[in-house]
Amino acid sequence: MSTAYATRPSPSPLRAGRRRRVASRRRAAALLGVLVLTLFALSLMVGQTFYGPGEVWRVVLGQDVPGASFTVGTLRLPRAVLGLVAGASLGIAGVTFQTMLRNPLASPDIIGISAGASAAAVVGIVVLRVDEALVSGMAIVAALVTALVIYLLAYRDGVLGTRLILIGIGIAAMLDSVVAYVIVRAAAWDLQVAMRWLTGSLNGATWGIVLPLVVAAAVLMPALLAQSRQLDLLQHGDDTASALGVRVERTRLTVIVAAVALIAFATAAAGPIAFVAFLAGPIAARVVGAGGSLMIPAALTGALLVLAADLAGQHLFGTRYPVGVITGVLGAPYLVYLLIRTNRAGGSL
Amino acid sequence: MTDTLTAAPPDAATPAARRRVGTRAYRLTALVAALGALVLAGVLSVTFGAREIAYADLVAALGGAQDNISQAAVAQRVPRTFLAMLVGAALGLAGAVMQGVTRNPLADPGILGVTSGSSLAVVVGIAFFGLSTSGGYIWVAILGAAVAAAVVYAIGSMGRGGATPLKLALAGAAMSAAFSSLVSAILLPRIQVMDSFRFWQIGGVGGATPEKITVALPFLLGGTLLSFLVARGLNSLALGDDLAAGLGERVALTRALAAVGAVTLCGAATAVAGPIGFVGLVVPHACRLVVGTDHRWLLPLSMLVGAVLLTLADVVGRVVARPAEVDVGIITALIGAPVFIIIVRRMRARAL
Repeated sequence: MSTAYATRPSPSPLRAGRRRRVASRRRAAALLGVLVLTLFALSLMVGQTFYGPGEVWRVVLGQDVPGASFTVGTLRLPRAVLGLVAGASLGIAGVTFQTMLRNPLASPDIIGISAGASAAAVVGIVVLRVDEALVSGMAIVAALVTALVIYLLAYRDGVLGTRLILIGIGIAAMLDSVVAYVIVRAAAWDLQVAMRWLTGSLNGATWGIVLPLVVAAAVLMPALLAQSRQLDLLQHGDDTASALGVRVERTRLTVIVAAVALIAFATAAAGPIAFVAFLAGPIAARVVGAGGSLMIPAALTGALLVLAADLAGQHLFGTRYPVGVITGVLGAPYLVYLLIRTNRAGGSL
Repeated sequence: MTDTLTAAPPDAATPAARRRVGTRAYRLTALVAALGALVLAGVLSVTFGAREIAYADLVAALGGAQDNISQAAVAQRVPRTFLAMLVGAALGLAGAVMQGVTRNPLADPGILGVTSGSSLAVVVGIAFFGLSTSGGYIWVAILGAAVAAAVVYAIGSMGRGGATPLKLALAGAAMSAAFSSLVSAILLPRIQVMDSFRFWQIGGVGGATPEKITVALPFLLGGTLLSFLVARGLNSLALGDDLAAGLGERVALTRALAAVGAVTLCGAATAVAGPIGFVGLVVPHACRLVVGTDHRWLLPLSMLVGAVLLTLADVVGRVVARPAEVDVGIITALIGAPVFIIIVRRMRARAL
């Protein structure tokens, strides 16, 4: 810090400080990116049989490697891609909601939007037996409807953040019991499959499941990123934002639809992975520091969380735990910590 | 609001007192009606189930015969019905007491994470400490419920404004999520059967046996007795701690007794039926509409209505997905969550 002052005398200390902050944010984000890539590579290499980076790389390039082609190409690659993209989608959508509603608790998995997608997906797969693309479609419609219902129910002389969160918790409880009901009816299921819809899991990932999510993320993430500046301005209140040239209603609608759709696609593919959407934003803010959009760091953090939790769940313990159990056990204490910290600070939740 | 005044000594000479006598008859009628509904629910519960049963078999089975599958099914429904009644009564009463103690309209053993806490405690006991008797389950479940209630209340009441409904509900939801993730983590490597897994995640009364009932009964009776003892004290607490102390109420003692009563009821109910939510939320609110806020009437009525609600919910769960059965915990969530939302919507912004 002090050397920077000494070696580079800047005409404006303010601008220099800002440049330094931007540079340090970039460094932190790059570090996150490297971590995500490392974990992604690890998920491809580690398993019952270990394959070296060389073999994995040849499989990824499409060459035929005996043994590795099936294990890595057919089993591990879809799973790792699912973890990567689902985590990133949950992270970016979560931080979008948290920023827009200005409340760390207002993430889509706490206010019931993930539960809506999950309920639709499980009904589509178990009861109606439709194919993957249609399941994603149903999940999106259900998630959007859930978001709309929560918004309308919370509306009474304006939408109050606290009321929205409480109503979301109620809606989530109801939708969760719909999921439980469907799973009970499909009693012949084994526990591992059921766990996918109860807590979220990457088990049984195939390209057919992963592909809709990848396409959606490729379209929706850039759409969200394009709005990130306007979204940050919205935090100063609608009037200020519109004075600064933000088209408030349009921005808000685009952002909500894109974020809800991302949640829905991710949930249709991997189930409601607990707490990732909620955790990614606050953790990303810790890592890169405040003062700028958190979307990219949060997406990276989300991917990091899911990949790390899946690796841990698969290999660290005697049993193979679905990823959602790990994120659930890790995420809940953090939620409690957040509650305690906010309560101590005397802030309004 | 005027109902809180019934804690004052009655004065038969005033018009207000005469009105109260009218109310008294009205309240007694409500209690009797609830009792009637309970009997009806019991009859329904024995008659209807996943299997349709002829009238002759029903009568024969109730007489003790177990000659064919139908009669055996009825014989199973009898303990199940009693268990549903006991658990429902316990949860309804516990909810009413919790709402009184915390002065919080959203208090419910399920929402505050108390039932999932006791569920986790039992699962830990089974997995790591070789717990295997029903009697042991109950002690551990009560311990778990007490710890969970204390933790949630401590987290929820930190900071400015004390334990507001929002903070308590959020702390409860967070702890519930943590507890059920831990339950999954502990159970998954040990069992591969959905049925036994489900029991500790979503409550149900399907596994009822006379033995379970006899084990839980003393605890349920003790919890009920404690709750009724503090009914008058809860009326004073409703006026605020300072005023209650001014009226000669020992606030801390009343709170502690009520908390022990409610926790015992929840723990014992969870030990025999798994975590069941929303009964304790819905029932007291419905009963308050009928008999007002006087806990001396509210508590017994909540008990009866809780029993009716859970018994009927269980019947619905058995009939709606024939031949499969839907756990009663799912049905109560489907009924209870909308009520929760209505209550939230009616609360003032300031009260949140």
